[in-house]
Amino acid sequence: MQLALFIIFGALAVAGALNLLLQRHPINSALSLVVVMMSLAVLYWSLGAEFLAAAQVIVYSGAIMVLFVFVIMLLNAGEEEHTTGSRAAYIVGFPGAAAIFCILSFVFLSERKALGLTNLGGQLNSGLSNIAEISTVLFTRLLLPFEVTSVLILVAILGAVVLARKEQ
Amino acid sequence: MSAEVPVAYYLVLAAILFSVGVAAFLIKRNVITIFMSIELMLNAVNLTFVAFSHMWHQIQGQIFVFFVMVVAAAEAAVGFAIIIAIFRTRQTLNVDQINLMKS
Repeated sequence: MQLALFIIFGALAVAGALNLLLQRHPINSALSLVVVMMSLAVLYWSLGAEFLAAAQVIVYSGAIMVLFVFVIMLLNAGEEEHTTGSRAAYIVGFPGAAAIFCILSFVFLSERKALGLTNLGGQLNSGLSNIAEISTVLFTRLLLPFEVTSVLILVAILGAVVLARKEQ
Repeated sequence: MSAEVPVAYYLVLAAILFSVGVAAFLIKRNVITIFMSIELMLNAVNLTFVAFSHMWHQIQGQIFVFFVMVVAAAEAAVGFAIIIAIFRTRQTLNVDQINLMKS
């Protein structure tokens, strides 16, 4: 069950990411990013993080991606054109990204035995649910950082309003 | 039947998503698409946090992902304000033409 979920939604996430890379129009890239985020939500759930799966759908694919689509439509962004700068980025970008991927996956796969296996439900069935655990930590030990994030969001709202305001 | 997945596979999937995000960040010329690839990289790192949190049976990794989501939401708001301000002054979204500080 978990292997099937991982294969289906992992493949869907990789396909969405590659589609983001290959599409020329920003709206197509935005919609394939929604596919990546939804399949990542399923993977979070399969790792026993059901609160984060819900938050991923609500915050990322609900709020942030709607903002992306809204701005693309507002600015009427068209297809991107090729320039000389982008050809240099092609020459450097693909080998660089491939090198990062090779190093990371070499490390992960060589430590495969030490990292162990996932077991769906093993963590969930033991007493407390995931949301209760998260909220206990968040509202007792990490109460101050949690409150500071609200100040951060307030500052971000003010900054967005000031930056996007029309000059008089 | 319950076939278990090694944690390393989740990490390799995150590595794939992260490197695709890096490639998109370097190759794309539209500033909105570059912003999207930053979000893709943040998501890939979030997946490693959740995988390690599952591996160690610790909740702190998931809390960290929660804070990353909050910061990403704040960053998206400010980033789009900057993009709109740039578009208003330069009338373009191509990063090659936003080179006022270059000369």
